[in-house]
Amino acid sequence: MNWCDYPGYWVGSEVLQNYGCRMAGGLWITFELVAISVVLGFALALGLAVARLYGPKWAQAAINGYTTLFRGTPLLCQLFLVYYGLGQFRLFWQDVGLWWFFREPFYCALLTFTINTAAYQAEILRGAIQSIPRGQFEGALALGLHRWATLRHVVMPQAMILALRPLGNELIVMIKSSAVASLVTLIDLMGATKLAFSRSFDISIYLYAALIYLVLVEVIRQVWDKLELRLTRHIALR
Amino acid sequence: MLDKFALLGFGDGGWGAALLQGAFTTISIALATLPFGLMLGLIVALGKRSENIVLRALATAYTTVFRGVPELLTLYIIYFGIQILVQQVFHSFSIPPFVAGMVALGVVLSAFSSEVWVGALNAIQKGQREAASALGLSKAQAFRLIVFPQLMRVALPGLGNNWMVLLKETSLVSVITLQDIMFITTRANVVTKEPFLFFGAAMLLYLIFSLISAWGVGRLEARANRGYAAFGGATR
Repeated sequence: MNWCDYPGYWVGSEVLQNYGCRMAGGLWITFELVAISVVLGFALALGLAVARLYGPKWAQAAINGYTTLFRGTPLLCQLFLVYYGLGQFRLFWQDVGLWWFFREPFYCALLTFTINTAAYQAEILRGAIQSIPRGQFEGALALGLHRWATLRHVVMPQAMILALRPLGNELIVMIKSSAVASLVTLIDLMGATKLAFSRSFDISIYLYAALIYLVLVEVIRQVWDKLELRLTRHIALR
Repeated sequence: MLDKFALLGFGDGGWGAALLQGAFTTISIALATLPFGLMLGLIVALGKRSENIVLRALATAYTTVFRGVPELLTLYIIYFGIQILVQQVFHSFSIPPFVAGMVALGVVLSAFSSEVWVGALNAIQKGQREAASALGLSKAQAFRLIVFPQLMRVALPGLGNNWMVLLKETSLVSVITLQDIMFITTRANVVTKEPFLFFGAAMLLYLIFSLISAWGVGRLEARANRGYAAFGGATR
């Protein structure tokens, strides 16, 4: 017996035992999707938020349009547009040598999730930077700090603490939203669960999947709370 | 290129009418879910603030569960779950997808909106209830006449957010065969093999709904805050 057969064996659920390994594999896909897209999205969002606030006018307008578009439309719709819509231009992608990327549902989901979460995270970071009091900028200026140095050493460390909680919420939202990846034939946790249900017609498999997602989200919530407590121990936030 | 756009039109072989029908379904399910979800959310919020420890634990467990489980999974569980439960009593019964979608989205909305309600309820000063009770109002009267009218103003930004999330979540009901925007565009894609055009159109429709919603919520907030402008309070 593989390790992934045991949970089903312990709780005495035949369907969970039969599909335990598939669901473990699906959980790994979900994990990969969320971890990579949230980290890439964060890197992207940092640049976007700074450019949105201090960049040239045209960049500000473009980033504003980007965040409005991706925060104003459903993730499912974006995913279909990337996977089916961009896949329509197969000949073009083959010409530029990118077809291997747009052919794979995994890469398409990764791209969509990254773009989507970057839009949300950019807005979170922008809000956090904007709520840093003006005096901090002026103080840094008075000390002769360069604009970049001000941002890096004075503003960002404070803004990140403010952004911590909403960023944690965004991570949780991404874990939940990643379930839509199952609708473009990807076997993530949700996809594996659907597969198990369509073969066994045992509704309890959905409940086990719900439990797994729930535990995942709760663990992250707890870890994030601890993280926040540790990072803010020098200031009395609460 | 132009004949491609004719596919979105209302002429022969055009999908314009079907898309409008889909847009109507999307709006209908969102509007039908809203009051149900908000009312349930308020009840859950009152449960969370109740003095009864069992009620409090139940309400907390409810929000933890429905905020932690993906909406798609909740939708499947309610759609198939109710189906199987009811079929054990009445044979050959199928639950309308609209009802299943409404219940699933409403339950999720109630979990999220209950957080907003709790925050708003906490923002109402204790003195308001005490004064109401001093005037001889019952608890229910105090809530209806004193607390609730003040509640809306504080809760509106959060609830507006909930509405925007709900609007986007309705795209999921296409998986239980409800013929919303996503369902129609998916079918149009199968027939015409023009996914970029149709999913692009779907994006545009959702974007328009979101922009209108943002504008509407802003107007509502301005209206709810109109009494506070004189104090230089939070107004738009």
